[in-house]
Formats: sequence, structure tokens, C-alpha cells
Amino acid sequence: MKDDIKLMKGNEAIAHAAIRYGADGYFGYPITPQSEVLETLEALMPWETTGMVVLQAESEVASINMVYGGAASGKAVMTSSSSPGVSLMQEGISYLAASELPALIVNVMRGGPGLGTIHPSQSDYFQATKGGGHGDYHLIVLAPSTVQEMADFVGLGFDLAFKYRTPAMILADGIVGQMMEKVVLPPQRPRRTDEEVRRQCPWAVNGREGGRKRNVVTSLELDSAMMEKNNERFQRTYREIEKNEVRYEAKYTEDADYLIVAFGSIARICLKAIEEARKEGIKIGLIRPITLWPFPYEAIREAARNVKGILCVEINAGQMIEDVRLAVSDSVPVTHFGRMGGIVPNPQEVLDSLRKDFINPNPQK
Amino acid sequence: MKREDIIKPENKVYSRPRLLDKNIMHYCPGCSHGVVHKLVAEVIEELGLEDSAIGIAPVGCAVFAYNYIDCDWIEAAHGRAPALATAVNRLYPSKVVFTYQGDGDLAAIGSAETIHACTRGENIVIIMINNGIYGMTGGQMSPCTLEGAKTATTPYGRRADLNGFPLRVSNVVSLLDGTCYVTRQAVHTPAAVRKAKAALKKAFTNARDKKGTSFVEIVATCSSGWKMTPDKSNKWMAENMFAHYPLGDIKDTAIPAGTAQ
Repeated sequence: MKDDIKLMKGNEAIAHAAIRYGADGYFGYPITPQSEVLETLEALMPWETTGMVVLQAESEVASINMVYGGAASGKAVMTSSSSPGVSLMQEGISYLAASELPALIVNVMRGGPGLGTIHPSQSDYFQATKGGGHGDYHLIVLAPSTVQEMADFVGLGFDLAFKYRTPAMILADGIVGQMMEKVVLPPQRPRRTDEEVRRQCPWAVNGREGGRKRNVVTSLELDSAMMEKNNERFQRTYREIEKNEVRYEAKYTEDADYLIVAFGSIARICLKAIEEARKEGIKIGLIRPITLWPFPYEAIREAARNVKGILCVEINAGQMIEDVRLAVSDSVPVTHFGRMGGIVPNPQEVLDSLRKDFINPNPQK
Repeated sequence: MKREDIIKPENKVYSRPRLLDKNIMHYCPGCSHGVVHKLVAEVIEELGLEDSAIGIAPVGCAVFAYNYIDCDWIEAAHGRAPALATAVNRLYPSKVVFTYQGDGDLAAIGSAETIHACTRGENIVIIMINNGIYGMTGGQMSPCTLEGAKTATTPYGRRADLNGFPLRVSNVVSLLDGTCYVTRQAVHTPAAVRKAKAALKKAFTNARDKKGTSFVEIVATCSSGWKMTPDKSNKWMAENMFAHYPLGDIKDTAIPAGTAQ
């Protein structure tokens, strides 16, 4: 096990973890700040070892549709990209959800809108958690805050995707993608054999071997009554996921007078701010949603019971704050602090913001 | 001689291919899709590929191809069939993967996926039904619409200065190193049907033998979109479409360069 402790970038950890999970295929297109995922996979040549397919596609549109084809064939397939590229993938993601296919999509977010910046951001929260593409659907969205979680969430994402037959997304950001940290890689698992794929995914399109009836993967249903039934089935799956899969981390919430809610890398900066504040006697707690969808509404409601205010810290203009306000039904004041354009707040700014919002709103009086 | 003496298996000269379902097709009278579906079903059956053939259906009139040909199918997003086919074939190299697309799906929105699947030389069959129109959405101009042709979006006829020139997709993909076989066929006469079947058979054989990408264009009719009777459509196609889209093999790497017809 000692040998498996490595120092690497979050993006590299994604690549290693994918091979070790026994993923069958990766299809991607270069874009900063996540190109190391594809580069690492090409350098590791997993097709020589586990048999994993790695292909540089001609676009993100092609990548996600290769994922769609691979997922429809029952294989464990994934792609990764960064914000503008993930925008291009939205149609394909909607098809994956509509066809009830398991797949893993990694978004290492950069600042937008438009071509924006290559620097880190969390401004794709809405896109990831509220649908993104057309139609009523959800992705399971995991938000890593460490390189270790980048590695761990590959396996978790695939497992959840296959458990519920729905696509999962790792919503990372440029910080956790680019920074190097110690990581314990998971053990190497063998890829499923074609026979195991057939058993696990009897719905998969992989040839009518043994004369079975044909399998068809489609998102099309022109009969409105049937299409409504399909939608009701999707919604039942989403309710199941909401019931079973909410994940979050809570720190210092027991005695907190104030609460910070933050996800991904900025949650670590907030933790630093919280620890500094505690030295001054200001008691702040932290809720770090790990699943952004399903969102930990209940945990935030509980943690907010005795606090005077909630500060939502995000590297964006204020997106998750809408879910935090829903969680507490505005029974507690909720404010937002964030930077944009690729600027990452420091702990002092976070603390100043909380002080200004809740402790000392009018310093001159 | 009694009727029963004639109806015997050994006297049978024609039957429905086993892989062609009995579902009533939604295609319009005179549409070429039905004939091409039958040929694809026959070819898969004759090559013994029932268990390994995987079809990728397009968005367009053939979106329901999976209701008619009894093999595994995935219904792709508009234009993306070659991307799906790429992944399925790479994940299952022993399977024979084919796409079945129209000219709007393949040559317009799916042009990038087509070019790059062909240039990578994916071991797949790409079938393009070229009727020079978007049939499913109601007869709009496609990249392959002939100059002068009236469509829902070129009500006064396609003009090169406004709408560009009709795209010869097969000629384009024949220039790509990954294609091993590129041919243009039609199904408007029994002789043409036989040639088209031979072309499809060669394409599926190439895919099975991993020779690269085979691209089969079928110049086809769209009676509803063209607003002509089926008979007139066939005549109009022969008189107008074949001049811009001449039939025959464009590339066959099995035949030494320069000798292909």
C-alpha cells in the first residue's frame, strides 16, 4: 500500500484512477485546465495493460457522443473537459440521461462566460446541478476538494452511475485539477469481461449474441403518454438518489454561531478562515456539500438551526446560494461571497466578508 | 400441376429477409429507405452477422430504422452516428458496426464526425441516403440539394450565391486515407438494386475484415419532399441527381489505384 502513495496533480489522479477502476474507455478533447487527463492516459497506454480504450476525439461534441455509444454498449466509459467544452457536451449529456445510461463526465471548471479565462472557477454549478442540457433530468454531481477525492470520485462516480443507470459528473475546478498533493491510488481492478458486461447490463447494445432479442437504446418516444411514463420513471430514480446518496462534510457545526457553506477547493480555504476565526473566539461552522446534486438540504437546515447567519462562499457570482436559501427557507439570513474571472479568494477575504455581513455590518457607527 | 406442387422451398425465388421485421414501415410511398433497409437486412443475414451487427440510427426519416431491421441498435443524436460507431467498434472490435444516415444528418450537422471517423479509418460501414432534402422535418434544403431545386427553405430554388453548392460527400471522403471503399449507388431499378446490394456486401465484408471505413452513398428519392409521384421521382432523380452525383465506385483500395471504375 505504501507504494501506492503518489504525489500528483488532480487531473493526473483522475487518469490513474480511471485505469485502476477498470474503466473501458476514455474519449476526450484537449482544453485547459484539464488536458493532463488525456495526456496522462495517452502516456500510460492502458490499452497495453488493462485493455482500456483511449481516444482523442475531434471535438467535445464527438467525445460525449463516443461516450454515449460506449455507455449504450454497457461499457464503463468517461470523458473530461473544462467549462466551454462541457457546454458543447450538454446535448449528449441530456441524451445519456434520457437513455438511462451510466457514464462519467469530469468538468474541471474554468472562469466564464464565453471563452472566459483558463483560471479556476466554480461558475458551472447551475449547469451541472440544474440540468444543463434540455429536458427534465439530473446528473449525480460530485464535488472534490482534494486530489485524493479526485481519485476516489472516479470509482464512486462510476459505481453510482451504474447503480442508478444515470450519468454522473465530477464537478472539479482548476485549482484541484492543477494542484499537486499526496494521493493514495485505489488498487487495480480488472476490467469486466464482455460476459460480465452482458450479465450486468442485459439492456446493452453489444450484438445479439446467443440469439437474444434485439436491444435498442434510444431517447425517442413520440407517444406522449409513453414519454410521460418515461419521465415519471426518471423522476422516481432521482427521488431514490435524493433519498440514498446525499453526501457532505460538516466541521465545527455543533457550537457554531455562523455557518459557511462551500464546496470544492474553496471549502478548504474557508476551513482555514474558520480556524483563524476560532482563535479570536468567533465560532463558525462549515458544511461542505460533496454531492451538489442531490444537495444536502437537510444537513444545512439542521446545522443552521442555531446560527445567526450563513455565508455561502463560491468562486462565482452566487449560484449554490439559491439552494442554501431553499434549505433554510430564508429563516436565517444567507449572504454570498465570491470572486470571479479566475480569482480565488483568500481566507482573510472570507472572514472579512462574514464579519461585514453578520458581525459588524456598520463599522463606522 | 397443383398449386402445392409449385409452392415448395426449392422453387422459392424470393422471400422477405429474416432480419427484416414485419412492422409496417412509416416511410412514404416511393421512398428509397424501404429498399435499402431490405438490402442491409439481406447482407447482414447472408454474411452471417446477425449476432454481431450493431446499427447506429440517425435523426431523420430513418430514426426508426431500429423498428425494421432485427439487430442491436443505438439511436444517435443528430449527425453523431459515426462518433457512436467509433466508440462501439473500438470497445467491441469483433462486432460489425454500421451507421445509417441521411444527407442532412451526415453532410450538414454531422460533417465533422463523418470526416474524422473516415480519416481515422474506423472499421465501420457508413451508409448515407442522399435524397438532397430534409425529409423528416418537411422538405428543407440539405447540403446535397441540387442547384435550382425548390425546397421549403429554398422556395425559389437553391442558388449557389445564396446557399452554396451541392456537396459531393463521397468524393470528399474518398480523399481521406482511412476510407477503403467509397461508392455511390441507387435503388430505382432492379439492376441498380442488385449493384447497391453488392456494394453494401463489400462494405460489410470490409468492416468484418477490419479494412478501414467503407462509405456507401445511395442516391435516393423523396417523393413527399420533392412533391412528385414515386414514378416521376425516379425519373427526376435519374435525369437530374445522377448528373451531379454519378453512380459507381469512387474508391476501392482492394483494386490498384487508377483502375477503379
